[in-house]
Amino acid sequence: MAHHLAALSCTETAHGIAAGDWTATEVVDATLSRIEAHDAAIGAFLATYGDAARRRAQQIDADPGLRALPLAGVPIALKDNLCVTGQRTTAGSRILESFLPPYSATVVQRLRAAGAVIVGKTNMDEFAMGSSNENSAYHSTANPWDTSRVPGGSSGGSAAAVAAGMVAGALGSDTGGSIRQPAALCGTVGLKPTYGRVSRYGLVAFASSLDQIGPITRTVQDAALMLSVIAGDDKNDSTTVPTAVPAFHQDLEAEAADFTIGVPEAWLGEGVDGEVVNAVADLLEDLEDAGATLKPVELPHEKYAVPTYYVVATAEASSNLARYDGVRYGFRSERQDDLAGMYANTRSEGFGDEVKRRILLGTFVLSAGYYDAYYGRAQCVRTLLCNDFARAFADVDVVVGPTAPSTAFAIGEKADDPLAMYLSDVFTVTANLAGLPGISVPCGADAQGLPIGLQILGPALGEDKILRLARLVERLRGPWGPAPLGGP
Amino acid sequence: MSVDPTVVRHVAELAKLTLERDEQAALAEQLARILEFVAQLDEVDVTDVLPTKHVIEQTNVTRADEPRPCLSQDEALEGAPRADAGHFVVPAVVPAVAPAVVPAVAPLPIRKIPPD
Repeated sequence: MAHHLAALSCTETAHGIAAGDWTATEVVDATLSRIEAHDAAIGAFLATYGDAARRRAQQIDADPGLRALPLAGVPIALKDNLCVTGQRTTAGSRILESFLPPYSATVVQRLRAAGAVIVGKTNMDEFAMGSSNENSAYHSTANPWDTSRVPGGSSGGSAAAVAAGMVAGALGSDTGGSIRQPAALCGTVGLKPTYGRVSRYGLVAFASSLDQIGPITRTVQDAALMLSVIAGDDKNDSTTVPTAVPAFHQDLEAEAADFTIGVPEAWLGEGVDGEVVNAVADLLEDLEDAGATLKPVELPHEKYAVPTYYVVATAEASSNLARYDGVRYGFRSERQDDLAGMYANTRSEGFGDEVKRRILLGTFVLSAGYYDAYYGRAQCVRTLLCNDFARAFADVDVVVGPTAPSTAFAIGEKADDPLAMYLSDVFTVTANLAGLPGISVPCGADAQGLPIGLQILGPALGEDKILRLARLVERLRGPWGPAPLGGP
Repeated sequence: MSVDPTVVRHVAELAKLTLERDEQAALAEQLARILEFVAQLDEVDVTDVLPTKHVIEQTNVTRADEPRPCLSQDEALEGAPRADAGHFVVPAVVPAVAPAVVPAVAPLPIRKIPPD
């Protein structure tokens, strides 16, 4: 019984609570016991809020108004770079080990207002810098489908928690693929909304022109539902787009014939695992057989996306992370003979290696004498990449390809090679640079049974399109459901 | 492209990071590899291309210049590693000097700030 409740989708959970089939308390208990039973092996969570979650569940059970909310009683996990009032928010870093935010992120307020029960915070690469969760200052996270492998990153804890059936939905953040890549590696659905669709207020900033918050779930319906809840204008984030938010989850069914699908040839070429190529190619064939129109698209500047990304993202990160100086909050070094020494010691002891590497790279590309050659040039290439997509979307509804060039790699395999790790983002960084919405949906498995994700990119504010095609893919290939971990 | 360890030291100074000698050497090598990879961007003709400032067309977002609720002073100081009497406390900015060489200075008169 307990396992059965933890395996429900967000949508099923809320409907069942509204209908009286089960209570929020039963659902939350099932979630907490699944976490208790399996998180020692998975390492998805950095904190859980058992008592607060049970209290909230009781409130929901006692109030018919709350039971009618769209996410009534649905246990949700948050990536640990989302602020919750008074709850430790570390962003996976030692420098924020003691940080208790004085306010909650807009997305957290909106989830709660929709009836969701926040059950805990998930592990992540430090400051969302990484593609494997190995850069967390606390511990690594295992992929629930094969615990010797990484879950992807940086929202690896959120993807693992969802894949393990600990929660039906979680929030992640995506700066260069940090929602979509772990979603693909864990057999889950991960959605990065259009830049500005979701408020970033209360998100620990990494690269402000690229960061977006989005859902990781096991079904497309749930991703659509969570997006409908968290999206929309926010006076606390002036980059939010004031466009009305459709009820994405209520209009998901479409036919293959409704889609003209753009396929960039390079995405199924060199550097991509054969099994990944085959899974995507097979799916495209099935979509074509079902009536979709496939069309090759040219993205001439797409091959420059990763170097462009690593200049823009590190430049913005070096600026954003300047705030961690040991003065106003967070960690301060014991070695503080003078002010300059206190700053440097605090930052050197508080940040991990990858974060230091990116701060240095970002500081370098912004420094006098190098700014035009690196940062200025990268921002121009970014414009050319945006233009490539604008041209493509004049001809096609969506652009598809693999989410990641391989399935989940072994823990430790790429940990010592920053550049190899950066290349696991080769297909995902484009959407952030161009501000476009993207979704990863499971589309097959490799010979070891590891999940393969299909990435669908849409035009700005075209989340409805990519969700509908993702739903069609789900109808053809089926959702993965929770990993069979045994026990509750 | 190679990166001189003196460049790494300079950038580390700008970024307020202290690096051990072996860290400097390792980072110089890693940065060199990353910058070599980034050098691909030199192939792209960016003549007359404007840099991207914002991906979604937006005009300036403003609000009425009126006070609205914000954190209290206590809340703002709650997370500080050291705070005292409504201030963040940091190590001395001006190095301490032996009292004997400090000339006696009359205290500054306290200027009364009229109430609102």
